This record gives sequence, structure tokens and C-alpha cells, in this order.
Amino acid sequence: MWAVETQGLTVRFGQYQALEDVSLKVPEGSFVAVVGPNGAGKSTLLKALLGLVPFRGEVRIFGRPLAQADPFWFGYVPQIKTFDHTFPALALELVVSGLRRAWPFRVGEKERERALEALGRVGALELAHRPLGRLSGGQLQRVYLARALVRRPRLLLLDEPATGVDRLGEVDLYRHLEAYQEETGATILMITHDWEAAHHASHVLVLNRRVIGFGPPERALSEECLRQAFGHLGHEHALFLGGGRA
Amino acid sequence: MLEVLGYPFFQRALLAGLLVSLLGGALSAFVVQRRLSFLGDGLAHAAFAGVALGLFLREEPLYLALPFTLAVALAITYVKERSGLSEDTAIGVFFALSVALGAVFLAKARGYVGDAMGYLFGSLLAVGPGDLWAVGGVVLLGLALLPLWGALAYATFDRELALADRVPVGLHDYLLSAYLALALVVAVKVVGVLLVAAFLVIPGAAARLLGRTFAGMTLLALLFAFSATLLGLYASFLLDWPSGASVVLAQALLFGLAFLKTAFSGGK
Ligand SMILES: Nc1ncnc2c1ncn2[C@@H]1O[C@H](COP(=O)(O)OP(=O)(O)OP(=O)(O)O)[C@@H](O)[C@H]1O
Ligand SMILES: [Mg+2]
Repeated sequence: MWAVETQGLTVRFGQYQALEDVSLKVPEGSFVAVVGPNGAGKSTLLKALLGLVPFRGEVRIFGRPLAQADPFWFGYVPQIKTFDHTFPALALELVVSGLRRAWPFRVGEKERERALEALGRVGALELAHRPLGRLSGGQLQRVYLARALVRRPRLLLLDEPATGVDRLGEVDLYRHLEAYQEETGATILMITHDWEAAHHASHVLVLNRRVIGFGPPERALSEECLRQAFGHLGHEHALFLGGGRA
Repeated sequence: MLEVLGYPFFQRALLAGLLVSLLGGALSAFVVQRRLSFLGDGLAHAAFAGVALGLFLREEPLYLALPFTLAVALAITYVKERSGLSEDTAIGVFFALSVALGAVFLAKARGYVGDAMGYLFGSLLAVGPGDLWAVGGVVLLGLALLPLWGALAYATFDRELALADRVPVGLHDYLLSAYLALALVVAVKVVGVLLVAAFLVIPGAAARLLGRTFAGMTLLALLFAFSATLLGLYASFLLDWPSGASVVLAQALLFGLAFLKTAFSGGK
């Protein structure tokens, strides 16, 4: 079964076409790195898979039409944290909201345990009782990741989850995602600008409004594909490219 | 003070005041975090237009104010969602429309303007059994909506996260504005058009200063609203001040204390 299957997925914002005829078949259990230049429609793709933006075409999640997919299958870390920073909230409550699909009035004992465990796994245990609006970018990133993981999703949609996370945290993040995947067989779609990280994925999707390449990293991250996605690569870029692959 | 409790009119006043304060307190957490205080003002003026229409048609004002305010609340939400205009712009349009309509109705209802004044400032002591039933009905409806608290709070925190979790956020927006309209209309009789929005803002604002969680903020807002009503009515009775104004002054006093606490002790 395909974890994600799209057929002719097209997203328009007014006159602007953000995604054009995207057809994909993502095998269950794969780790897909999504790369592409700024404005390529990477975030838009994840939002379409969540039903957050209107689209034409067809999307199936684990064989079911999007509308019939269980919301608890998805674990989502958005790129831009749009939450109301004046909202009185503790990190722990945000994680518990991931268990409930609602904001908690009271946090039950079982929920607290699960939420603390999830925070612990991403190295954010000491943030549990801190006000969310005062966390740093990297701290927020970890709390959001805990929130996405706490419901034990079958499909993780991560929009640049390593941005703002420190070097050690990033290594931990990838290690943790791999462990989670090994344990649960979950499928991961992760947007990243880090081609080195992309090389460790099982699949790479190179996107620039359309699918430029999709397959194993060696193939999708070929110079040809990247040139097509990112436009002409100058001398320095070519150097960087070589370095990234080493 | 205590013997006055024996009078039915005072019992009604107290009960109506406390029920309205519970409505205001519970809603004010949402009003403050969703930045709806202007909506409260706009709907209060819509309620006024509805009352004026009632006076003009010589019907019970409440019967006309209810559907009129409800319609304006839904229209504001609809215009906002369909046009991409900001909420305060949509409210501003309907605010002006309501006041203009109210002025026309009142001009045509000449001779009843004195009654209209009663609605501008409200009067707890004029609360009749019918008004009390109306407030009670709205409170009961609120209890029925209580299971939505978590979903509403979730979308208040972050609309997109709630949408990603398939919370029917749009439907909930309509429900919240509709309920806000109902609560406003029944509160207008008690507090008056000019002050009713305070009931929907001040308890929540004071609670926001002290609460660390949204649940805590909601409970604090209820506590503040409830005690301000007791305190205000007591002062109103002792000093012979208007009841609605006294309660709002008591709320403002609590807000001032909460503000001093956060400003001078580092708060939270
Ligand atoms: N709600 C929206 N309304 C209008 N245009 C939008 C909207 N969301 C995205 N776009 C446009 O769609 C295009 C793709 O945006 P998207 O956020 O998907 O890019 P991205 O690949 O995630 O880029 P980045 O690497 O900068 O995060 C951009 O040109 C953006 O301006
Ligand atoms: Mg993006």
C-alpha cells in the first residue's frame, strides 16, 4: 500500500500556480526528504496532504481518500508557528493537544505521562511547564515535534523541523526519527534545505512547482535534477554540491 | 442590606446579575484571546437597533433585539470569511449601520425614547421574570455548548493546527458569534448597551494578567466576574449608584489590582 498517493495534484492561489500536476507514490515506511528552492511549493504540498489548502486532483492516504483519512494518522510540524503568542499556554498543554485534537482544560494523569515522555525523547523535558510564548525558536521546534510524535502517527509531515535546532539537537532529531520509524513502521515526509541530511533519506523528492525528481537519493540528487530545480548552478554552487555529496 | 434580599425584585436582580456575570466571565477568555472586544461593542449597538425596532413596532424589545443581533453577528462573520476584510472592518460597517437604523427606528417611535434610555444604561432593578427566564435559557444553552470548549480553545490558540486536525473551525466561529449575540442581548437589559461590552472584556483581561493556562484564565475570569457583580451590586445599593455602572467599576477595580500585581511583582 502507498502511504501517500497523489494524482495530478494542483494548487492555485488566485492566478499563481504553486503546485502543478504533482503525481507521487510514496511507499509505506519510507523516509522522504523534500528539497527545492524557496517558494517551490514544498510547504504547500504538506498543507495539501493535510487538507489545509484547496487543490485539484486526487490525494489518497494509506489507500483512503483524504476526506476519509483519520486525523490521528498525521503528525504535523508546521514551518511557521502561527499560534497566538499571547495565549496562556504551557508546553505540556500543547503536547497534550496532540493527543486530543482539542485544547486541554485539565490534563489527566495518563496524558501527562505520555506528554512528558514525548518531551523527554526530544530533549525538552525541562520545558514542560514553561509558557509557550516565551520559548526560543529551537525550543519551540522540539515541543512541536513532541506534539507531533505523542499521538504515534503513521505519517509524519515535518516542515523544516531542524531549523533553529542546535547542531547536537539536529543529530538527535534524525536519530530519533529513525528510531521511531524502526519501531512503528511510520512514513516520514520531511522538508529540508540540508542536502547532506537528504542523502540519509530513503527517498528524495526534488520539487519546483512540479516533480523534478523522485527516487533514491543518488538518483534524485543528481546534478541534472538539481540544476533543473534550482536553475543554473554557478561555479561555487557546483563546488558546494560536490561538498554536500562527500 | 440583608432584609432587602427578601424582596422578589431584588432577588431577581441579584440572580440576573450573577447569571449575566457568569456568561460574561466564561466568554471573556475567548473574547480577549480572539480579540473580539470590538465585536462585543458592535453587537451591543446592534442590540440597541433591535430594541429601537421593538419600541417602534410596540413589541417586546427583547423579541426583536434577539433575532436582529443574531443576524448581525452572523453577517459580520460571513462578510469577514467571504471578503478577506479584517474583522474590525466588517464590524465597523455593521456597527455604523446598526446605530443609523436604531436612530431611524427611534425617531419613528417618538414618545418611547425614555424606554430607550433604559436600555442604554440598563437597570438590574427593572429585571422582570421574563428577562430572568431569558438569561436562564441562554445560560442553559451555554452549558450545552460546554463540550466545545476544548475545540474552541484549540482554534483560538492556533487556527491552522486545529484545521489540520479537522476541527470544524468555521462552524465553531459562527456558533461562537451567535452565542455571543444571545448573551449580549440578554445582558443588555441588565447592564445597558453602553457598558455590556465591558462584561465581555474586563474579567478576561484581568484574568489574562494572572493566568498561566487558558483553563486557569477562564476560571479566574469567572471568579472576577462573579465577585465584581456581588461587590458592584452591594455598592450600588449602599451608595445609590446605577447598578450596571457599579458592577463595571468593580470589574475595573479588580483589573487595576491584577495589573498592579503583575507590574510590581513580576506577575505570574
Ligand atoms: N496562502 C497563500 N496565498 C497566496 N500565495 C501563497 C500562499 N501560500 C503560499 N503561497 C505561494 O506559493 C508559493 C509556494 O509557497 P510554499 O510556502 O509552499 O514554498 P516553500 O517551498 O515551502 O518555500 P520555503 O523554502 O521558502 O519554505 C510561494 O510563491 C508563495 O508565495
Ligand atoms: Mg516552506
